[in-house]
Amino acid sequence: MVPLNAYLAVGAILFSLGIYGLLTKKNAIIVLLSIELMLNAVNINFVAFSRYGLFASLTGQIFTIFTITVAAAEAAIGLAILVALFRNKATIDVTEMDIMKR
Amino acid sequence: MTITGQYLAFFLFALMAISGGVFMLNLNRVIHMVLSIGLSFFGVAGLFVLLQAEYLAFVQILIYAGAITIMMAMGTMMTHHQLESTKARRKWHTFLAVVTAMAIGIFILYGVYTTIWPTEPANLGANNVLEIGLTMFSTYVIPFELASILLLVALVGAIVLAKKESDE
Repeated sequence: MVPLNAYLAVGAILFSLGIYGLLTKKNAIIVLLSIELMLNAVNINFVAFSRYGLFASLTGQIFTIFTITVAAAEAAIGLAILVALFRNKATIDVTEMDIMKR
Repeated sequence: MTITGQYLAFFLFALMAISGGVFMLNLNRVIHMVLSIGLSFFGVAGLFVLLQAEYLAFVQILIYAGAITIMMAMGTMMTHHQLESTKARRKWHTFLAVVTAMAIGIFILYGVYTTIWPTEPANLGANNVLEIGLTMFSTYVIPFELASILLLVALVGAIVLAKKESDE
């Protein structure tokens, strides 16, 4: 059997990659995708613990379904905001979204 | 430790998931980044199959690899302009981001590898899709309805936000 450690390590690596992308990328679509990557890492942890945890049950999988729901809603709203922003300012560069700083 | 088929499948899917993420961070064109994260989502779905969560694996493929990746590709086309390279010019900023990501990653990995975890996998049953349905519509029925309301609000909100404003 593949131990629990291995799944958690994959989740941790994906989460770190997501944080790095979130902090450095300038294209707002890639920033949204980095957030999805981090949510995926969390989902791996939920499902791994639902099989290997101390109180293993299906609850982890059901929580994952709710996480996926929220992620889908977040992606749709994020993309709608980007489209509206692109129509008004003609950019999706996150470093140029600084109206509230000025 | 003997190499079984399960180990091989695990390494393959973990490699897909992680390399998809790395490609997303390093490719130059936005559409290639979106497609490579699709690879990562397929790898995660494979890991779900290995963890006996077949229902979630198919939901993952349908929603992430299908819907979200395609939606982001459409968004890339709709917001297309000459932002070819997304390389960061700011050296200090990139350095701080690398340090932050590595610190969090190493902290989590240290915690993972120094904790004693239960080693016996639970048997979730061969029929766990049925079990998920029963649990979701009995114990978790109120969160389920709230999630459906959230999706409805997100649907209406996305349409209202992305709609062309009438010029008055």
